[in-house]
Amino acid sequence: MTFPRWRDLLPLAVAAVLAAPLAAAGGPPAAPAKAPGPPPEVPGAGQDIQAEPPPFTEGIFPCTQCHEKAGDPSPRQLAFHDEIQGGFHHGAPDRWCLECHDNGKRDYLHLINGKLVPFTRSYELCGQCHGDKYRDWKVGVHGKRTGMWNGKKTYYLCVNCHNPHNPRYKALEPEPPPIPPQEQGR
Amino acid sequence: MTDRNRLPVVQDPSGCAGPEGGASRRDFLRTAAAGAVIAAVSGCKPDAVVEELQRRHLTELSKERLQEMLGKLEKKWSAQYGKKVTVGARPPIPGVDFAYGLDLSRCIGCRRCVYACVKENNQSRKNPQIQWIRVLQMDKEHGVSLQHATPYYDPEKVPEPGHFYMPVQCQQCRHPPCTKVCPVKATWKDPDGIVVIDYDWCIGCRCCTAACPYGARKFNWAEPNLPAAEMNPVTDYLGNRPRPMGVVEKCTFCLQRSRDGRYPACVEICPVGARKFGNLLDPESEIRQVMDRKRVFVFKEELATEPQFYYFYAT
Repeated sequence: MTFPRWRDLLPLAVAAVLAAPLAAAGGPPAAPAKAPGPPPEVPGAGQDIQAEPPPFTEGIFPCTQCHEKAGDPSPRQLAFHDEIQGGFHHGAPDRWCLECHDNGKRDYLHLINGKLVPFTRSYELCGQCHGDKYRDWKVGVHGKRTGMWNGKKTYYLCVNCHNPHNPRYKALEPEPPPIPPQEQGR
Repeated sequence: MTDRNRLPVVQDPSGCAGPEGGASRRDFLRTAAAGAVIAAVSGCKPDAVVEELQRRHLTELSKERLQEMLGKLEKKWSAQYGKKVTVGARPPIPGVDFAYGLDLSRCIGCRRCVYACVKENNQSRKNPQIQWIRVLQMDKEHGVSLQHATPYYDPEKVPEPGHFYMPVQCQQCRHPPCTKVCPVKATWKDPDGIVVIDYDWCIGCRCCTAACPYGARKFNWAEPNLPAAEMNPVTDYLGNRPRPMGVVEKCTFCLQRSRDGRYPACVEICPVGARKFGNLLDPESEIRQVMDRKRVFVFKEELATEPQFYYFYAT
């Protein structure tokens, strides 16, 4: 998975900046269920937490590029996205795409209660089941932050470390071990 | 001064030791003067050599003298490494007491922290290889036990089943045995909790290395090997500036970063987010949240060193 290139998102960012005062004038941030604003929402922009952008596969977002309207909601074998379906290990077989992805508004996820959630706030979705981790993440005990310990931080979203379709953290190749003293100086 | 009380000063190789055969303070100054003469003959600036030898302790230096000293170092290293090197002397931030948290239930032993530290802090790369962080692989069966620990594990992938990993670095003790044994006060604890070393004041006796129960202090047995291309030019006098041969060094919580408000390099590199850092005096800080919510312990608690480095289990 890769991040979208920011250059590609620049026009969207400009649109979001222009739209921001309008949204502010309209009172509290509109519930996405009613007025999702100018979709597609820019990853990483206009949110309460300064975060790394979600790790979309390049060119895959916005989903509405292909999914213009709601599709067949019945669980089935997919022809496209088959690599995700094939490697899906997150409570399978009781879940499939539309448990988390919204069928009507394809650029959003939804909570169990139907509330739409943009990809930049996917932690709300994860937190429905993983409440203990969500609580720890919000105060900085779980997960990773970079930047200033006493100031501006960048948060890593759940999905920056855990593949949402296969969340177990993958084993890594370790860096080389230290050279034992008896082998130094040779 | 009696023979018993003398410091173990190296004998003057020119043979002009004092009448008692040992080296007294007078002999030392005489040697210094001789050094100045030699320097004059050999073309070095004599005043620089004498100045260096007659310098006061860092905590007693005037601001002007300190700035002058830092300027000289910047000039020297900028020329040596072929880039603009800055040497700061960042003071501790008032109202800050640093502490570190390491989540043993997350660490996978990948050693990314070890190498990020080496890069950030300008350690010698090899011969001698100096690393301030040592990651110990331990057995789940035995728990935290140094008798069942090795830093030399090298499998294809980590974590290995049945093992957990415990990175060890300077624990920034509240009662540091290392500063207590230093005969020349070259190392001390600053008010923000960081135990610092003045590498120019260190005489290389290694008493501190022996006193440290955590193996955190490393000695430059040979001239450090720091490739110019890899040298980090943002340095601090008490932190990551290049070190000479024959001095001791250790983790400083990346004071050149942390005293500027940034996270240490090991925190930022950790791929699993096992490393937490912040101000103990701020109830909202990440480290305080860890201490309020999780099971926390300090390494070798029985020694009463009272580390400011806490290990914890998030799950």
